[in-house]
Amino acid sequence: MVIPLSWYLILAAALFSIGFFGVLARRNAVAVLMGVELMLNAVNINLLAFWRAIHPAELTGQIFAIFVLTVAAAEAAVGLALIISIYRSRRTIQVDALDLMKG
Amino acid sequence: MLNYSWLILLFPAAGAVINAFWGRRLGRRGVAVVANLAVLAALIMALIMAAGVRSLPAAAHGRYELTLWQWIGVGDLQVDLALLIDPLSVVMALVVTGVGFIIHLYAATYMKLDDEHHPLDARRYARFFVYLNFFILMMLTLVLANNFLQLYVGWEGVGLASYLLIGFWFHKPSAAEAGKKAFIVNRIGDFGLALAIMWLFFLFGKSAGSLGFHDLFAQLETLSAQNSPALVGITLLLLLAATGKSAQIPLFVWLPDAMEGPSPVSALIHAATMVTAGVYMIARTHPLYEMTPASMTAVAWIGGLTALLAASIALVQTDLKRILAYSTISQLGYMFLGVGVGAYAAGIFHLTTHAFYKALLFLAAGSVMHALHGELNIDRMGGLRAKLPRTYAQFLIGAAALAGLPLLAGFWSKDEILYITYQKNMPLYIIGLFTAFLTAFYSFRAVFRAFHGAPRDHHLHDHAAEQPAGMTRPLWVLAAGALFAGLIGIPAAVGGLFGVEHSHLLEAWLHPVFANVQTPHLPAWWELGLLGASSLIALAGLGLAYARYVRQAGWALRLQRLFSPVQPLLEHKYWIDEIYMAAIVTPLRRLARFFYTFGDQTVIEGAVNGLGRVTAGAGVAVARLQSGVVGLYALSLLLGAVGLLGFFLLFG
Amino acid sequence: MSLPTLDFSLILPELVVLITALLVLIADLLWPRAASRGREQAPAVLALAGLILAGLLTLLAGEWSGATLQGMLVADALARYLNLVVLLAAALGLLLSWSYLPHFSTQRSEYYALYLLAVAGMLFLGKSIELITLFVSLEILSIALYVLTGFHRGQLAGGEAALKYFLLGAFSSGFLLYGAALFYAATGATRLADIAAQNAGGFYMLAGLALFLVGLGFKLAVAPFHMWAPDAYQGAPTPVTAFMSVGTKAAALVALFRVVQAAGSVPVGVWATALAFLSLLTMTLGNLAALRQSSLKRMLAYSSIAHAGYLLVGVVAGTAAGFDAVLFYLFAYAFMNIGAFAIASLLERPGFYAVQDAGIHAADGLFGRRPWLAVAMAMFMLSLAGIPPLAGFFGKLYLFAAAVESGWAWLAVAGVLNSVISAYYYLRVVVGMFMAEPSASAHLRLPLPASATLAVALTALGTLLFGLLATPWFQGISR
Repeated sequence: MVIPLSWYLILAAALFSIGFFGVLARRNAVAVLMGVELMLNAVNINLLAFWRAIHPAELTGQIFAIFVLTVAAAEAAVGLALIISIYRSRRTIQVDALDLMKG
Repeated sequence: MLNYSWLILLFPAAGAVINAFWGRRLGRRGVAVVANLAVLAALIMALIMAAGVRSLPAAAHGRYELTLWQWIGVGDLQVDLALLIDPLSVVMALVVTGVGFIIHLYAATYMKLDDEHHPLDARRYARFFVYLNFFILMMLTLVLANNFLQLYVGWEGVGLASYLLIGFWFHKPSAAEAGKKAFIVNRIGDFGLALAIMWLFFLFGKSAGSLGFHDLFAQLETLSAQNSPALVGITLLLLLAATGKSAQIPLFVWLPDAMEGPSPVSALIHAATMVTAGVYMIARTHPLYEMTPASMTAVAWIGGLTALLAASIALVQTDLKRILAYSTISQLGYMFLGVGVGAYAAGIFHLTTHAFYKALLFLAAGSVMHALHGELNIDRMGGLRAKLPRTYAQFLIGAAALAGLPLLAGFWSKDEILYITYQKNMPLYIIGLFTAFLTAFYSFRAVFRAFHGAPRDHHLHDHAAEQPAGMTRPLWVLAAGALFAGLIGIPAAVGGLFGVEHSHLLEAWLHPVFANVQTPHLPAWWELGLLGASSLIALAGLGLAYARYVRQAGWALRLQRLFSPVQPLLEHKYWIDEIYMAAIVTPLRRLARFFYTFGDQTVIEGAVNGLGRVTAGAGVAVARLQSGVVGLYALSLLLGAVGLLGFFLLFG
Repeated sequence: MSLPTLDFSLILPELVVLITALLVLIADLLWPRAASRGREQAPAVLALAGLILAGLLTLLAGEWSGATLQGMLVADALARYLNLVVLLAAALGLLLSWSYLPHFSTQRSEYYALYLLAVAGMLFLGKSIELITLFVSLEILSIALYVLTGFHRGQLAGGEAALKYFLLGAFSSGFLLYGAALFYAATGATRLADIAAQNAGGFYMLAGLALFLVGLGFKLAVAPFHMWAPDAYQGAPTPVTAFMSVGTKAAALVALFRVVQAAGSVPVGVWATALAFLSLLTMTLGNLAALRQSSLKRMLAYSSIAHAGYLLVGVVAGTAAGFDAVLFYLFAYAFMNIGAFAIASLLERPGFYAVQDAGIHAADGLFGRRPWLAVAMAMFMLSLAGIPPLAGFFGKLYLFAAAVESGWAWLAVAGVLNSVISAYYYLRVVVGMFMAEPSASAHLRLPLPASATLAVALTALGTLLFGLLATPWFQGISR
């Protein structure tokens, strides 16, 4: 049995939504970062699903997904480093505590 | 050779840049040399341009336009940076650079001391000359412009230079205040100019495709009727601009205060050049005014009334430079009267002679001021003739020319204006003639009070000493101008007596510019009669001043007592400053302060009352959205994304 | 199977910048250990040399054009002008960093290496004509800028700014990627030329373009995706702010232009109308918020948002004239905006642990203290407000004229009205400099490092010359 494309797309959309819900709702910076990662990976599912279901002739979708993974890893590294740096100076990583600048 | 005319702008620009960046290293001597050479080079260039205009083919109508670069090209509108070289602009360039050069020479010595007679440090000395060269650059940009936008640039530029120079002794509150006053008053006029240019653009810009003077004037033929409302509006706005820059009613109040600037500034900007920009502009745009007799009448009346008003105030002033300031306003009034009655060449003639004798008077007054360590009150002078013989001679020549004593420069030019006014507008002629009498009186009042009689302040008198040659020598050139500059405009009636044809050289020179303007003429004997009347009036003013201040004749004193009721009115300058202060300046200043502090007050208020307080205003609402919290930022982003997605799917 | 042809000559400037970045990193190791003056300056000198070399190569490349790396990158006139804008902004920002960086950090080589990587990312973004390349370039520049934003680790605001910028940036990348995936779904291609050739319509294309615009709008600081910008711009070291406010905008605008051109199947009316509303919202929000700022830097940050709105007007116009106007405006903006930030940085009171923002009144009485600086700042402010004869005026003139010509008169009117609002807060600075008494702290001497002075002089000159020589420049760009 072949799983239809729409199932993958719904899964990806759901993951994406969970991801951005995490970004909006979580206060811990690490959790926010996890939300972002979830969003990026949801896109990866999309890419692979589109490749497999619609354009299987060329590997473009797969290659795109690999690039996204790589970039996401780099982003995560930088993000965690920033979070650690903030924790050292502020002793907190609650994002809503970071409101020195506003207005 | 006219295609090298752009050099005339390059020289003062280079002078300003060199002194701005290397002025301190050059030292005061180097700075003065650079600045003077820059203006001298510009003067030579102006002379070359004059020769170039002479040798233009007849078909060119004495006009040469040199496009330096295409500045704005949007759609149908094209504005170039271009020089318009014609007899009128060349005369102006010669006045600006010629008188400007002599003033630069004088300033090289004068500015070695600051306003408290301490040596001026090299940095500020350099800055002064940067401003002065920058002024020359902007003034040349103004008079050589071939389009309204460039004129506007020069107009604003000279305003800026004037503001910087008036406030040059900025540690003196009165100087800073005067600078600000000049700035604000001039803004009102500039606003008029900006509006007029926009209006012209809307009216003719599309069809002319540019803002060039001659391109626009060519469109005037499409208007059949005279006094079309739009054109009257434009010319009146231009007149407003001119009254600001040239210190006429109602915007003349800044000029007397502008005397807080160093004397060379007063001479250069506030007597010889910048203040004449209004007259020049009206002469330049005369095709517009020729189409609107109503506006012409307004120009003439403003000029005549300003001449009278300022001359009457000058009667009672005791500050030497202020007397000269009011006399400048009064003389500018004559020029407005001239261009207002269509005597454009006469107006420019008076502008030229006035540049010489008024610069001479201001610089001589500067010498007096230096000799007396800053004292300018003529009540404390007296008897300076023996102490300052050269300065006395120079001041006397200047005053005689200003008074319009026969055969001197001011006589010929003023009389030509009066001659044409006589034919066009009798009431204004009478006002002009009466003003001439007042002018002669107050000119010689200043001479007699300052230089004749017994010293009234012996301390001042004993310490007075003639100024160094660096200051007195350049003035002889101006004195020569004050004596003989009138010879370029001998009326035909007088020339005819000596069998000289075309004796009015300036009129012949300017003829290509004003070719289509008809000036009426009376029989020669009639003109000679009017000349005689003017001479008598001037001599009468001189005589009255002599009787009152030298002979102390009883009848003259009684005459003064007769007029004593009006004296307070004159001394307080008709309370115009006070009226303006209450009616215009105070509200404006409040408005400015409101603008300046509005932000602060809302910020402070916000901080005091806490963020919870709901404050009106869109800015506040926007800033409140910026709460500093990442989650809300992300929400905004998400909502934006959903909105965009919705828009695309709905309408796509 | 044949190997793909790799024509590196067309990406020489980018390669030079990348190699310089690597050299700067290892130069620190190669240099003698002794803490000599030369060693301190080496990274900056090297980085500047790299930028200048890249700029020269761009100029020398002249009319060369063509696609390279299997149609992933293109060297065309657009990319060439973008290169010049970005390299100009980078060089000016670097001159500012020269004297600014030592106030808070000793990690020079890391700073300059990241800086150059950000430059390389922008240059590649301008040349990208393929979605993967575009995404990777965007991330290269973004990640480098995240770190640079928080480079001042002693300062709380810096870290906060960096984290906000990072989290929201990654968040917006998610949208951009989703959009890219939908493009892929609709056409099976990632090359913009192929996408355009497919001429596919439908849900995938529409949604894809919408989501892609979210991602690019974020980089451009277009409202409502702009919320990160005031905080990031305020918290970042001022030279970084100056550089990224111009460079990122420029690169993202070129990418935006290429993408909307490729998405030809989406009706112009849809994306142009959407962008027009975003433009209106952006300039209005930016200007209104700038009105009530008490920090000079934050005011400039909001002004920078407003300018993103003006720049979008040229994209909305959709014509060649419109995008020529954008390119012209970017040059003008590079000069006047970096100049303004340069003076803001000079007015700060730097210390090792904290850099205090220059308040809105820090420039008060500047004319009495440093007249030339005041004149330069007045030029930047007047130019930003769009007052002739300065560069900003002509930039707006060309932008709004292009909008009117392609039937977006209401947007042009909105732009003009916004300029009028903006004049208020710009002129307030000018009035303060010339009319007000210096603020309390202003009795301190205002140091003027040579490199920053050079940057101010260059930007002032550029602001003036781009105004006076506007037409020849504009014609040069349109050719």
